[in-house]
Amino acid sequence: MDRQTSPSAKRSVTAIDGAMALIVILLIVQIWLVSATLETYLAGHYETVLPGAVLSGTIFLVCFGLYLFIERLDAEFRKP
Amino acid sequence: MSLFRKPSREPLWRDEFSVFSNDEKYVSRRQFSKFLVLTSLAMFVGNLWILVRSWFSRKPLYPVTAIARANEVPVGGVRLFQYPTPQEQCILLRTGANEYVAYSQKCTHLSCSVFYSAASDRLECPCHNGAFSVRDGSPLQGPPRRPLPRIVVERKGDVLLATGIKLEA
Ligand code: FES
Repeated sequence: MDRQTSPSAKRSVTAIDGAMALIVILLIVQIWLVSATLETYLAGHYETVLPGAVLSGTIFLVCFGLYLFIERLDAEFRKP
Repeated sequence: MSLFRKPSREPLWRDEFSVFSNDEKYVSRRQFSKFLVLTSLAMFVGNLWILVRSWFSRKPLYPVTAIARANEVPVGGVRLFQYPTPQEQCILLRTGANEYVAYSQKCTHLSCSVFYSAASDRLECPCHNGAFSVRDGSPLQGPPRRPLPRIVVERKGDVLLATGIKLEA
């Protein structure tokens, strides 16, 4: 069976697609978070700025973790 | 047409730097994920920038300025004044025998000047029909979402003093 169409390869591609979809969702949440933080900051409410930054950093770390996962799967998939 | 290219057996470097012009229109899943993660990093940097700005922008100190004599303004009357700088127009209202309120005259939508409408007892903006409450400056109608900045007014003897600005209603 061709390596690229083997069940394990298909599983890898599905996992990569799932991780990518998750990154997209997190990114949408993060974009909303930045705009909401900016709006409250400009309205003079400074108390939301720190939690906003912490949450945004956490989302970035999760996205980065998912990216490493994608890299690993991709590297495994490419192994000769 | 599929947006993604199927992973190939080519070495990574050849995959990344394809010499086949046909392949150039494809984006690999890995490259796309990298782009998404970099966008996420940019958003995080944006949040950090807001955080740093908020740390360095200290709360401004407002001057104490005499704005009117207490009995100069009749009940239900209005007086315009400038506070905290001569460029910033504000509006003082006498709502009762001993009650005064003052707000920035700049509409929180697109900065047109608001005026007092005695008929509806509210502050109205002629630009897009915005309206604000006289009681606390909160938006009542139209596009404005934020309240008018409130000027803190204190009475000292016969003189009304502006002593600060409150941003929330
Ligand atoms: S500027 Fe006041 S409602 Fe638009």
